Amino acid sequence: MSVIDAPRLVEPEAKVRKGTFHRFIRQRQAKIGIALTAAVVLLALLGPLLLPWATGYTSTEFAGRPFKPEGLLGTDNLGRDVLTRFLDGGLRLLLFAGLATLLGMVIGGLCGMVAAYRGGWVDSAIMRTNDILLALPQLVFALLAITVLGPQPWVLVAVIGITHAPRIARVTRAATLAVVTEDFIRASEMYAVPKWKIVVQDVLPNITGPLMVELGLRMTYSIGALASLSFLGLGMQPPTADWGLMINENRIALAVQPWGVILPVLAIAVLTVGTNLITDSLARASASLNVGESK
Amino acid sequence: MTQLILRRLATSVLILLAVSLLVFIATLLLPGDPAQAILGQQATPERLAALREQMHLNDPVWQRYLSWLGGLAVGNFGMSAASGGAVTALLGERIGASLVLLLAAAVISIPLGLLLGSYSALRKGRAGDHITTGASLVLAALPEFVIGISLITVFSTTIFPILPSVTMAPPGEAVWNYPSQLVLPTFTLVLMVTPYIARMMRATMLEVLDSGYVEMARLKGVPEGQVILRHALPHALSPVAQVIAIQLAWMAGGVVVVEFLFRYPGIGQALVDAVANRDVQVVQTLSILIAAVYIVVNLLADVVGILTNPKLRTGGAR
Repeated sequence: MSVIDAPRLVEPEAKVRKGTFHRFIRQRQAKIGIALTAAVVLLALLGPLLLPWATGYTSTEFAGRPFKPEGLLGTDNLGRDVLTRFLDGGLRLLLFAGLATLLGMVIGGLCGMVAAYRGGWVDSAIMRTNDILLALPQLVFALLAITVLGPQPWVLVAVIGITHAPRIARVTRAATLAVVTEDFIRASEMYAVPKWKIVVQDVLPNITGPLMVELGLRMTYSIGALASLSFLGLGMQPPTADWGLMINENRIALAVQPWGVILPVLAIAVLTVGTNLITDSLARASASLNVGESK
Repeated sequence: MTQLILRRLATSVLILLAVSLLVFIATLLLPGDPAQAILGQQATPERLAALREQMHLNDPVWQRYLSWLGGLAVGNFGMSAASGGAVTALLGERIGASLVLLLAAAVISIPLGLLLGSYSALRKGRAGDHITTGASLVLAALPEFVIGISLITVFSTTIFPILPSVTMAPPGEAVWNYPSQLVLPTFTLVLMVTPYIARMMRATMLEVLDSGYVEMARLKGVPEGQVILRHALPHALSPVAQVIAIQLAWMAGGVVVVEFLFRYPGIGQALVDAVANRDVQVVQTLSILIAAVYIVVNLLADVVGILTNPKLRTGGAR
């Protein structure tokens, strides 16, 4: 009997999962989102490989002359080839944004699950810490950290991850609270399964919906935050090629040499719109209503 | 209910204190000597010692924290390491300038968001709705500077060069004497905030329109306009108030990028300069100020929430 019963128990869940993904991918905006995101990611990944083909021109002349043979999109105020810097400038942004998001998801997810599962003083302690961290706007918190520690890459990743964490923890906690009262959790507890194992094996798989939505949302904000910091001159430091920094460097000459600003602005815009479309479709597809929209 | 509000108020004060502690500790971690930073090249051992005494750097840490906190309470924010002057003098006018920008953005974006959200809900599934929700989805994704630069590109350099892209009020003169220079920064903030308000308004409006009392009103023959204005709108507003508060609070931080982009002489620009110069006192003060705005706006939203929610009027509920 048990041999026959087991697959039946698994089957409905598998169907639901497939259903969620199906509901996600069926939406037109999901497809557009994936296409936009993929385009920019590919550009950032393959860009550095195209460098030998694009480089070759540096001039001491101020600003560039678009569409001249000596450099496809001209040069910037320091005579550097704009196309080269554009192709080279996306990978770091993507990588650091990904790392920051991951860091925030791990810290925030763990804190949220532990808070909801343990309850009591652990819950209060975590959530009160959250309230304090949430009182400082993300950018202000990041600027404070940069003042103290300087604009190193690890500081940027850490501070963006840490500022995401309390926001992710809130959503995770709410989602977990709905799960912890379920019978299968109590069953595991009665079998004396270690608490950490219950969190990983029983809680986590049941809150993937809201977590995925949160992942997409935080990725969008990570990209925005990192690019904003670099744009303020307080993120990536020259002479690094970076989209945010490029915009800062070239905006003075916007009227003379627009490419140095327009290309990175477009790339960042397409990327964030893409990830946001994916996030919105995910939120629609997963039945959960815990879509965090806090900044 | 009064108890609930008082408790919420006490929490806010505690959070603000905790934030001030966090900010203070962060600056303790900073390597180097603040007195050395202020004096720079003119530092002699005697002057250093005198300034250290004057800045109370020799006192124990907790005493410094308390005196700093006391100073904050009476508006004495200490000395700026970069300019050597008092922080209060440096920030005085800038706070006013930033408030003008924030107020202008709030006054435009709140009614606009409510209007667009309601419109979108009333036209659910039709072209107008699709356009509004699509546009708000796109705008909500974009970082501030992307929107700002797009506006500059369109309205001040290439297509319609009609508006100034930087604020250039002569020093000492108020920014609002040059309204055309306020347009683009305000508009950028409006475009950042409106989508969130509109999306929330659409969601709650849809919920309300689906409710029994709206159907009842329609059934008894109340004209549609009155159904919406008298029956639906008031009930849809209170959840949106929370989102509006979050957005206003968010603007206190988001204004940093916008001011930097348009070289607007407000606190955001001051904050970026201070971080670049590692001017600790100014960064400290501004972080606390912005956090205070954030906390107060959220407190107000919660109080409005408590006051408008009949379920919470009994006091014990929650």
